[in-house]
Amino acid sequence: MTEINTDRKEDIHFISVNGEIDAGSSIFLDNALKEAVENNEKKIVVDLTNLNYISSAGLGVFISHLDEFETNKIKLVLFGINESVKEVFSILGLEKLLTIVNSEKEAIDSFNE
Amino acid sequence: MSSNLIIGCSKDELVKIRQFTSDALEDQKVPDLQAHKLVLAVDEVCANLIIHANNCNPENQIEFDIQFNPKQIVFTFKDKGVGFDINQYESPSMEEIVSTRRQGGLGLMLVKRIMDKIEFSTEKNHNICRLIKTYP
Repeated sequence: MTEINTDRKEDIHFISVNGEIDAGSSIFLDNALKEAVENNEKKIVVDLTNLNYISSAGLGVFISHLDEFETNKIKLVLFGINESVKEVFSILGLEKLLTIVNSEKEAIDSFNE
Repeated sequence: MSSNLIIGCSKDELVKIRQFTSDALEDQKVPDLQAHKLVLAVDEVCANLIIHANNCNPENQIEFDIQFNPKQIVFTFKDKGVGFDINQYESPSMEEIVSTRRQGGLGLMLVKRIMDKIEFSTEKNHNICRLIKTYP
């Protein structure tokens, strides 16, 4: 089961991803990111605190947007990844490609650096 | 000891195979972190079989079996779709995946890094894929 919610705090667009992202539900994550881009969001925080599982379909969604984000000067920050999911990110070395922090505060502060 | 499951080739069935695998691994007291990766590898192979080998046709079936041996866990998938030998597939590099903005290519990379051995064969009209995890 997947639930994606969005919120806005000051000029930062928040996307919270809850439950599981697999080949059937990765489209929802992709749509959420696409919508943020279409709305000209430049600061996007993805809250993965309640993400229990993500497969390559979901990871691929993040990776597929990297080039576009760089071109359009969009900063994407992820936080709240649990131990099991973090292990999956590290198998692919994604921590080197994505900005991953430990808390919402760190995510917000990262835009002020 | 073994347990088996039959699912239709629909992406909706992926949660079923994950839960089945997770339950079986928990019964065998496989540590959570390790179990999570094994469930992931199973999910990745199954997703590929559903989407690419069987074109998401829910009338096609995948037989899935888990065999617990003293030093190995063997995950076996049998289907009648388009045969695909993971061992013959060369995953694109991460640079290529990023620069081409593609969403695919990471799944088999994960399976190869998680599992110790992958076997593929065709018997009669079945494709058989075995993922093997070895424990010291």
